[in-house]
Amino acid sequence: MDLSLSPSEREFRDEVRTWLEEHNPGPEPEGSLDEVIAYRREWQAKLHQAGWAGISWPKEYGGRGATLIEQAIFVGEAARAEAPSPANVLGLAMGGPVVIAHGTEAQKQRYLEPILTAEEIWCQGFSEPESGSDLASLKTKAVKDGDEWVVTGQKVWTTLAQFAKWCMLVARTDPDAPKHKGLTYFLMDMEQEGVEAKPLVQITGEGEFNEVFMEEARIPDENVVGGVGNGWSVAITTLMNERAGLAFGAIAQISNSLGRLGRLAKETRVNGHTAAEDPVIRQRIAQLQIEAETMRLNAYRGLTKTMQSGIPGPEGSLGKWQWADLNQRIAELALEIEGPYAALDRGAEHAVANGAWQYSFLRSRANSIEGGTTDILKNIIAERVLGLPRLR
Amino acid sequence: MYFDLTDEQQAIKSTAKEFLASRYKSERIRALAESEHGFEDSDWREMAELGWPGLALPEEWGGQGLGIVDLAVLFEEMGYALAPSPLLSNTVAGLVLATVGDEAQRERWLAPLASGEKRGTIALFQAGSSATIGDFGMEAEQDGDGIVLNGTKVLVMDAASADFLVVATADGRRHLVERDAVGVTVTPEKSIDLTRRLYSVRFDGVRVAPEATLAGGQADYLPVLWRACTAIAAESTGIAQRTMEMAVEYAKDRQQFGRPIGAYQAVSHRCAQMLLETENSRSAVYGAAWAADAEPESLPLAASMAKAYASDAGWRVPDASIQVHGGIGFTWEHDLHFFLKRGKANAATFGTASWHRERVADLILA
Repeated sequence: MDLSLSPSEREFRDEVRTWLEEHNPGPEPEGSLDEVIAYRREWQAKLHQAGWAGISWPKEYGGRGATLIEQAIFVGEAARAEAPSPANVLGLAMGGPVVIAHGTEAQKQRYLEPILTAEEIWCQGFSEPESGSDLASLKTKAVKDGDEWVVTGQKVWTTLAQFAKWCMLVARTDPDAPKHKGLTYFLMDMEQEGVEAKPLVQITGEGEFNEVFMEEARIPDENVVGGVGNGWSVAITTLMNERAGLAFGAIAQISNSLGRLGRLAKETRVNGHTAAEDPVIRQRIAQLQIEAETMRLNAYRGLTKTMQSGIPGPEGSLGKWQWADLNQRIAELALEIEGPYAALDRGAEHAVANGAWQYSFLRSRANSIEGGTTDILKNIIAERVLGLPRLR
Repeated sequence: MYFDLTDEQQAIKSTAKEFLASRYKSERIRALAESEHGFEDSDWREMAELGWPGLALPEEWGGQGLGIVDLAVLFEEMGYALAPSPLLSNTVAGLVLATVGDEAQRERWLAPLASGEKRGTIALFQAGSSATIGDFGMEAEQDGDGIVLNGTKVLVMDAASADFLVVATADGRRHLVERDAVGVTVTPEKSIDLTRRLYSVRFDGVRVAPEATLAGGQADYLPVLWRACTAIAAESTGIAQRTMEMAVEYAKDRQQFGRPIGAYQAVSHRCAQMLLETENSRSAVYGAAWAADAEPESLPLAASMAKAYASDAGWRVPDASIQVHGGIGFTWEHDLHFFLKRGKANAATFGTASWHRERVADLILA
């Protein structure tokens, strides 16, 4: 057992840290989503030039071929430095790895480079209005027409669809097969007649997510990934990659939030002392810190296990569940510390911290829904880790 | 970065698991719960042959010279088996002597303790005190070149079967007193935990010679406390692991409304919560144990985090297991209550969860 970084890992961390100190362009502009995406594209181009985009990808495909631990270090350092997100998060964390794992040589040549440079942004067409947690029940259909597929249906919660060139689309290609068997994974060009993306306004007032409508959209046969009828297993790889890749960024982000929470407690007066001196608040802050630490240590245990077995296990579901729970509780405690001022939102003259905690409180409501609801994660843990019987 | 047990630690784990499972079946634990000292000397001798009393004590005094990670591995299994044994109290007394004792004291007290020939325990809190760390009560009354002790210590583990006690006085010092010294009276207290004995110990003018007083003050004993917290937190983690497994097995087996109850999400999600708490507890424990061995400057925070978390998980998981079992889980006949009681008693020992959370707050809000 060794929970410290080895000399070479420490060297890698220092290299990342130094590079970030020199190149981190700072917080994203508080403007329109267009401006934010332009900012992120520029940042990703910089990352790519320095070889930090796709660090987990093999070198032959333009990646850095970094070890799992190096990826964890990089993601953690970037979050710690509060560097912007790259523009093409889904392409880097999911699309690229799926093409590398399941794609043909021609697909690898065509798609990987523009993911790294953010020239082409990717989105994910999985969820549908009537197929959320029960993803395999999805209805969007793709019908073969010569050497093309014709797609009709609707997707929802599609992040960045309005900016995306490519959509990782799962559609039903065999309506007669059992529900998990009749699905196929496609790469769909978003820039075509039959595809329309409409932003959904969420409870924060922003529009990160979209509805995507497909009316006889066309996909060439060569854009099938992993073979017709294998869509479910290809999609699952995507989700596993998503959970494994995001863990260490999530840990650093929680640690940043806890730092801010501590500062808020020290700066806020309540009952004649600071909130940081209030015994009840202290207990709650400590409990959050302790759970954040267990989440961090769990992730390292999981990483060691993945390095031994080669694949991320279903235990990753514990981390995503815990992250959502912590993120929500941190924002809830912050609003409690703010007291009556908690009612003032972003833009209000007397809002505490410009209403940042009000935003976190609202945005974090989605944490236990997006990327697998906490309820579904508990099912996965019960069935796949503990071996309990399925109700379905 | 490598967060897993080594092959040697894995071997300690499987040896312990196998040995403890064969010795502590339900009927045996129940019989020992009724016995005078709560354990049998024959078990102790076998543990001594396995080297457990001196596992994390220095080799030069007859210990095995292993680390706190190895100790945590052993105590996790002790908890899993709910082994009734004076190993915890003896280990803590040994760590005190190894950390603060001088050469002569180690020769006389530590060497026989490490071999298992003699046993020690610690007596910290005066009856009626808050029984929190540092609030020990009992003055060290000067008497010639030695001191005299008067008063009663409470919550002393395994006192009746120990050969000597490490007694704390109000000034933060510790003194070595033989259990059969003149003026020492040991009285059993009824613990909620039927598998670990607690006693009160009265001191009536007990004389302590200067060579039986340890050199340090309270601050010198904190590193021992953090290690003790890590060991007992490991034990609580083992309790959580075992009672979670019991719940999962039962939920697969027990049928209601024509299905195993584990198919219902009200039950399966409770089991998922038990896994979360057990794994968190384990991570916190090994994080602290590793810090004790490799990064002592981060031990105070890591140990308080581990003890706070495991204090809660160590009784909440058995409690949830009782709920999954339904009525049978509430019966004396079922073993779950023994685990719940050990978990709750552990939570109260070496600093409660809220005491440790306050320490965590102190360290991070400084």
